[in-house]
Amino acid sequence: MSATVAEHGHVERTSSPVLEFLRTYVFSLDHKVIGIQFLFSTLFWLVIGGLLALGIRWQLAWPWTPLPVIGKLLFPAEGGQMPPEFYTMLFTMHASIMIFFVVIPILAGAFGNFLIPLMIGAEDMAFPVLNMLSYWVMWPAFICMIASFFVEGGAAAAGWTAYPPLSAVEAAAPASGAGQTLWLWGVIFVGISSMLGSVNYMTTIIQMRAPGMTLFRMPMTIWGMFITAILQAFALPVLTAALFMLVLDRTLGTGFFVPEGVIINNAQAGAGGGQPLLWQHLFWFYSHPAVYIMILPAMGMVSDIVSTFSRKPLFGYKPMVFAIAGIAGLGFIVWGHHMFMSGMNPYLGLTFMLSTIMIALPSAVKTFNWLATIWGGRIQFTAAMLFALGFVSMFIIGGLSGIFMAATPVDIMIHDTYYIVAHFHYVLFGGTMLAVFGGIHYWFPKMFGRMMNEFWGKVHFVLTFIFLNGVFYPMHLVGAAGFPRRLADPYHYEAFAHLLPINQFMTISAILLGLSQLIFFGNLFYSLFWGPRVGRNPWKANSLEWSAPSPPGHGNFDFQPIVYRGPYEYSSPEVDEDYYPQVQPPPEKAKVAEQPAD
Amino acid sequence: MGRIWSLFFLLVPILGTITIVAAPYYDHWLPKDVSAEGYQVDHLFNFILWITGIVFIGTEVALFWFMWKYDAEKNDQPAKYTHGSHHLEIVWTLLPAVTLLFMAIYQMNAWAEHKIKKPQVAPLAEVTARQFEWRIRYPGPDGKFDTPDDIYDVNLLVVPVDEVVLINLRSMDVLHSFFLPNLRVKQDALPGRVIPVWFRAVEQGDYDLVCAELCGWGHYKMKGRLRVVSREEYEAHLQKLSREQEATQ
Ligand code: HEM
Ligand SMILES: [Cu+2]
Ligand SMILES: [Cu+2]
Repeated sequence: MSATVAEHGHVERTSSPVLEFLRTYVFSLDHKVIGIQFLFSTLFWLVIGGLLALGIRWQLAWPWTPLPVIGKLLFPAEGGQMPPEFYTMLFTMHASIMIFFVVIPILAGAFGNFLIPLMIGAEDMAFPVLNMLSYWVMWPAFICMIASFFVEGGAAAAGWTAYPPLSAVEAAAPASGAGQTLWLWGVIFVGISSMLGSVNYMTTIIQMRAPGMTLFRMPMTIWGMFITAILQAFALPVLTAALFMLVLDRTLGTGFFVPEGVIINNAQAGAGGGQPLLWQHLFWFYSHPAVYIMILPAMGMVSDIVSTFSRKPLFGYKPMVFAIAGIAGLGFIVWGHHMFMSGMNPYLGLTFMLSTIMIALPSAVKTFNWLATIWGGRIQFTAAMLFALGFVSMFIIGGLSGIFMAATPVDIMIHDTYYIVAHFHYVLFGGTMLAVFGGIHYWFPKMFGRMMNEFWGKVHFVLTFIFLNGVFYPMHLVGAAGFPRRLADPYHYEAFAHLLPINQFMTISAILLGLSQLIFFGNLFYSLFWGPRVGRNPWKANSLEWSAPSPPGHGNFDFQPIVYRGPYEYSSPEVDEDYYPQVQPPPEKAKVAEQPAD
Repeated sequence: MGRIWSLFFLLVPILGTITIVAAPYYDHWLPKDVSAEGYQVDHLFNFILWITGIVFIGTEVALFWFMWKYDAEKNDQPAKYTHGSHHLEIVWTLLPAVTLLFMAIYQMNAWAEHKIKKPQVAPLAEVTARQFEWRIRYPGPDGKFDTPDDIYDVNLLVVPVDEVVLINLRSMDVLHSFFLPNLRVKQDALPGRVIPVWFRAVEQGDYDLVCAELCGWGHYKMKGRLRVVSREEYEAHLQKLSREQEATQ
């Protein structure tokens, strides 16, 4: 373990300790430090996004009731009561922050950065400087988003989907002048960060694998990251172009997205000559693949965790890889399912329906393979495993609800209702966030050389699992009843007035869900400093990162990793132990074993 | 502990199913349908609910059972050293593929009825959405729009019962969505486009007209009403509107 300390000193000692500190921990080129920077930044944003969500839930449970404590501070003019334009900002910024600042960067930026070189046996990323930049361009993005709350008129309020003309014409949304433009710049910066990450991950995975690490010996986490990077590379340019076009519409008076004859306040608004649907096509051409960017790495992580704690090889490794590739490929031809009601040609709706229904297939194949992986295993119910199993359980719900919405006639009823909100929270919170918590429990020892507390990890799991279902499951019901999303007060409609009590139930669950996260943060920070120290391989797992020191020093491995087999050789008859690390030479070569003991 | 964990996971299919089964009895489910074609949507919804419900219960119970049975603390068998099975992969790829394909083809007709096969009738009214109200215009006695006898109203759309109603949907400013939950009708309104919407109401009464596409800070209050009345009442209503309009001119 003392090797670690020595290796951190790798940074050339040419300058003052301050500079050295900056280089090691702030402007670090080390993928592990960058990954950890991403991790803590995204967790910080998770807290902000979560608080915004509680604001939304407050209004839906007790509409127009003054917000407790902060109400008087935020809205002195309204007596502490939330004005409707603030509500539109809340859900816009909640979604934008969760998607662009939490889910995407925590998977690719935090886990991707930390794990890719370690799991393929590389010293670092192919382009360490790009990697550092991919973290630091998140800061202009952060600043745009934070600043937008303080500019005149407040933050963006056109939804995370930013449909024009609402988002394009300033007169259409007096509540969001500069805020919407700042939002666009913020997302552009996030895109640059993702693109820098994407080229780096692709290159690293293609070029820098250790000897013996063939593509089909890579852990599923790496496959998830790899395919996500490819998705980003193909989809992001389209979003970036669209964002710039919208910036131009807003600032220079171009007319990409605003048609002729838009009348607001009895005056012609916008330049005219554009097409609102064009934005939707461009936006969803990115944002549908983006929903897979938000889950494929999580699926990979879950596959690894499930296999490790079932002490059994992953069932159907290659079908799992092909399923991810299939989801990614099909993911480019389904974007129109967000536009069934948009006024797009209804025949086109039929083709998108067909492709969307078929994309449920690889998701089903993955689920069956996870189930078959635990079948016949010897399951260890660690906190990480519980989160991974929780992912499987919740992803089933989210995947199945997708089929309802893919059915165009059913979508007539449930489009833009809380049914959609239920669907994506099951895949994103029930799915990705549970996988993230599982991943943190699983890789924390590698990141920091200490264990997280298992008991509190499980308490956190139980509470999160209960309350997340308490918040999101009833959304299916109210969604089926037609309860629309994005309404500050739906209860003045006769059809929805009776849905208030169940919304209060959801809000109380949401508050408890939020409070439960305190346990996680407590556990995380306590363990960071006082968790018990661990050796290289606390879970007796196979993949390469577990043969590096915990935490790995600069350059990662203190020996040349050579890969002899796939990452899922648990309970192999070839060896006595129930695991068989990828770097462990086969028995006949065992005499010359070169892996140092810890 | 593994036993307790598996039972904990078993709560998902149990509570999940109970909730869905109970929801209609508490009116937390598809609202009353008063249209001629809406049953197709509901039928498809229920059809998918059955299929997905079976898959949901099947997979969640399998998850529970495997957790129960293969808990390392209770299970003294060694873990099965298997990397997969071609047969199983083929079965669980083909079976859902066929089911999904069937679902896809099965629903096409309902979509066509709602969105493609535009009825051959004259439009009954033009609905123009704007921040934050619904402007209604009836063509008046001559049956033509843009003539002096056009009849105007706001936020109240009156239609005759049991007749196919065709609406021309427009928007003056941003996107809106014309949503009639009790008739299973939803269509976004786009500035610069006229989009046809049709339905046939079969029960008289007042129903909500909801704006379902974010249109600005006042989106939540963009509320209209659909009033379904007999043919006579409908005509009387239009005459009354027309008289009022002349009086104010
Ligand atoms: C089984 C596969 C899936 C199918 C068939 C499916 C289908 C759909 C459909 C048809 C919609 C549009 C509904 C509407 O607006 O009316 C939708 C929305 C959405 N889906 Fe999925 N989905 C699937 C999986 C996923 C996954 C894995 C994720 C994310 C990790 C995801 C995230 C979302 C999000 C965020 C939206 C809503 C976007 C918005 O309107 O704000 N979906 N899905
Ligand atoms: Cu999508
Ligand atoms: Cu609206």
